Amino acid sequence: MFEGKIPEAVEVKEAILKKYPAKLARKRSKQILVNKVDENGVVPEIMANTRTTPGILTMRGCAYAGCKGVVLGPTRDILQITHGPIGCGFYSWLTRRNQTRPKTPGDTNYMPYALSTDMQEDEIIFGGEKKLKKAIEEAIAIFHPKAIGIFSTCPVGLIGDDVHAVAREMELKYPDVNIFGFSCEGYKGVSQSAGHHIANNKVFTDVVGQLEKGKEGKFRLNILGEYNIGGDAFEIERIMDATGFTLHSTFSGNSEYDEFASAQMVDLNVVMCHRSINYLAEMMETKYGIPWFKVNFVGAEATAKSLRKMAAYFGDKDLIERVENFIVEEMKEVEKVRLEIEGKCKGKLAMLFVGGSRAHHYQELFREIGMETISAGYEFAHRDDYEGRRVKGSITVDADTRNIEEITVEKDPVNYRERKTAEERAMLKKQGIELSEYHGMMSEMKDNTLIIDDLNHYEAEVLIEKYKPDVFCAGIKEKYVMQKSGIPLKQLHSYDYSGPYAGFKGAMNFYREIDRLVNTKVFSLTKAPWQESPELAGSYVWNE
Amino acid sequence: MLLRHTTEKIEERSALTINPAKTCQPVGAMYAALGIHSCLPHSHGSQGCCSYHRSALTRHFKDPIMATTSSFTEGASVFGGQANLLESINNIFSIYNPDVIAVHTTCLSEVIGDDLKQIIAKAVTEGKIPTGKRVIHTNTPSFKGSHVTGFSNMTTSMVQYFSEKGKERKKQVNIIPGFVEPSDMAEVKRLVAEMGVKGIMFPDTAGVTNSPMTGKFNMFPDGGALVSDIVSAGDSFLTLALGRTASMSAAKLLDTKCKVPCEILDLPIGVRGTDAFINSLRMAAGVNVPESITFERGQAVDVITDMHQYFYGKKVGLVGDPDQLVSLTQFLTDLDMKVLYVVTGTPAGPKFERKIKEFAGENTIVKYGPGADLFAFHQLIKNDKPDLIFGNTYAKYIARDEDIPMLRIGFPIYDRVGHQYFPIVGYRGALRLLERMLNAILDRQDRDAPEERFELVM
Repeated sequence: MFEGKIPEAVEVKEAILKKYPAKLARKRSKQILVNKVDENGVVPEIMANTRTTPGILTMRGCAYAGCKGVVLGPTRDILQITHGPIGCGFYSWLTRRNQTRPKTPGDTNYMPYALSTDMQEDEIIFGGEKKLKKAIEEAIAIFHPKAIGIFSTCPVGLIGDDVHAVAREMELKYPDVNIFGFSCEGYKGVSQSAGHHIANNKVFTDVVGQLEKGKEGKFRLNILGEYNIGGDAFEIERIMDATGFTLHSTFSGNSEYDEFASAQMVDLNVVMCHRSINYLAEMMETKYGIPWFKVNFVGAEATAKSLRKMAAYFGDKDLIERVENFIVEEMKEVEKVRLEIEGKCKGKLAMLFVGGSRAHHYQELFREIGMETISAGYEFAHRDDYEGRRVKGSITVDADTRNIEEITVEKDPVNYRERKTAEERAMLKKQGIELSEYHGMMSEMKDNTLIIDDLNHYEAEVLIEKYKPDVFCAGIKEKYVMQKSGIPLKQLHSYDYSGPYAGFKGAMNFYREIDRLVNTKVFSLTKAPWQESPELAGSYVWNE
Repeated sequence: MLLRHTTEKIEERSALTINPAKTCQPVGAMYAALGIHSCLPHSHGSQGCCSYHRSALTRHFKDPIMATTSSFTEGASVFGGQANLLESINNIFSIYNPDVIAVHTTCLSEVIGDDLKQIIAKAVTEGKIPTGKRVIHTNTPSFKGSHVTGFSNMTTSMVQYFSEKGKERKKQVNIIPGFVEPSDMAEVKRLVAEMGVKGIMFPDTAGVTNSPMTGKFNMFPDGGALVSDIVSAGDSFLTLALGRTASMSAAKLLDTKCKVPCEILDLPIGVRGTDAFINSLRMAAGVNVPESITFERGQAVDVITDMHQYFYGKKVGLVGDPDQLVSLTQFLTDLDMKVLYVVTGTPAGPKFERKIKEFAGENTIVKYGPGADLFAFHQLIKNDKPDLIFGNTYAKYIARDEDIPMLRIGFPIYDRVGHQYFPIVGYRGALRLLERMLNAILDRQDRDAPEERFELVM
């Protein structure tokens, strides 16, 4: 735990920039900010979603990872074929811990399979479309899927393979299978984020709206941007069932194709991970008239708040009452655990550098047990995730982002249905329910905290040296670097193979996990007795 | 069933790989580069490659794996990656200051056709490489070979860039250990030292990817082959290359470049595999094998003779990397086990198949190269169920579905520790393999035995 005075953020920033070559220092100084929230909730402008400087030890991945790995990966019955050399398909094979639970033991589940065209030199030279077509045929013969997604890796775009043309051609041959391709080559954009957008586009144009019949139910909604890492979606499903919402589909944790295909039938979209899926929420609103708002099921209070918002949106008295009763019931146990752990964790410092929303969401859980987030930042987010959607209009679109397709969406002449009148929307606003809004991470963080976009290894080392945090949250690549330095690292991508952390049960899991990490004695084993006190003062002298 | 869509009926596939039994070249090159002291591997391509490789290696070793990337965007993919690499070199030496940057290509930079030699030469001319520092490279297009050949390519590049033939031959032997664990490399070094021979091992990840907890992160740990040693490898009187696929190419290059003769051996896994290694070392160096090594050997053979009944006739399926598979097949066959299937995604070639069949007999089914995957392996298992399987972590899905005991060998192992610290090479490694096999076999027997046949002494 930090002893003495916590250093000024501005000094830490200076310490970081000192080592950089001039050009790099100029760039990073715009991506490292000392937070300041004014009375209107306005925060300073941060530079985000720009390319990582070559040669920097970055946390970031690529568009393919964002598209195949993040957004589509968690779906169990879309057969996913990676078109390219073997690596990409291999590394994205089961490594993200998206849990799934087929409805019956015999139901389709392609999750444990990695399919690839394993492109060889010949295909690089002469083109890989022929092999891709053959691969699709072989895949259909073995798996009989409803839908196939084709995911492009770097060489595909460069050699000019047209995965979309292949998809169309194969769909003609196999009319019962919905086949679609993603141009998610790794070099697109500047991070995973480009891949999210590409995935959103294709899911919207080729999947959503394909089926007319959805789930029956009174209060139907989709949850967007929840990927069921460590079983989070299972906990959210439990809550939805208990409170009487009809969860039509989750994009995309524990999900099925049919749920996506009929997702336009609902009356509300709630968004968890704003970064990875706000596109789909916006497009569905424009085309089908489904309003969306931001929720957060990470943190017990945040979960309760989100549930209340959802109930208020539907405005049903019984629903509101059920939600309230449920929250009271659940909070009894949560509060017991929380109080116990708060006593052991209060005042300790956390840092979060992860994702496009987790660095924000998880601050809730730390706050609940009295811990302070002294520094945070995203790996691949945009300015709106930091500063709020109010800045969306003023975000400069650079060359790297311009290459990512923006789809023009119009009202669907048949299936557009207004869910809320202007009057009702105004009423909701009065109740504090802001539709199509997200205020970002910074306005919820304290002044003088340090916000860092696209944090790299060297900067992380300076941070821990200056702030000596009690826990550092990031991913697998950072995990052992931190732990070798004696700082526990909590992985917020994979949850260190535990979880769930969402909802009420998840909150308790997380409190206990953080207690384990920040109060452990294992780090006290680091030094051997002779390293602690190297002086030789023994009374027994060997050479006498 | 997790792999519920895997059918018993085997349909011919020519285009689709399902559940690969290999991964791509760059990850092997990255691992090999970590075996040079104070070296930062650099991935020349889009940053996803580097992220995936670092993640895979980190999950496998549970240790920090540091590497940088040229972070290609679409612009670099169109105009070439020269500017990105030059900028990278500049930043890496200013911020991380390694002694060596070891660059490997990716499918992206290969398809564009970046000429790494020329770019590195330009970095030299532009003064981007500080005095005494080195930048080396290897070509690892992902559409060829596998992680094993990528390892081989980077090892070969070490010879290409560093090894020099001096004035006189030195009394030292080069050991190229192959794509094995840091624990294995340490064990081979121990055996060489025990023999009283001066050995030069490269790459050498011992102490780098199984580093101790000290309370202080060290980006460049104490381990790793010194550049000066790889330079002097050109003066050695012999190279022992352990494993054809991973080590032969570097050994051959030392021969042509520096006239250091080489012997290509199998990995010293199992009794006879280790015998061949120790014997070659003995003959070449003209030394007697110390009693301590013969003693270790005797202990391994003792366990084999003591527990033979549990090995005899047991059917085994192997999936993994070619060099390990060859030696394992020999070892298991020596125990009177029956090796049914040997599968590797690495294009190991007909010589590999011949060797396996030489050890295990003509009936053993051998599959290698594109299309030889875990799906095919699983289908073979469904048709004739073995008593034990060897594979990386991904094989556990098969082991669970088919209820077969499994030994984790190879890359990657994401779900257990041990491989980093305890070798499977040498006689001690053989002993460990025997123990692990017996545990798996006997635990299964204990689990399945009817009450009246539940044995106290085994």
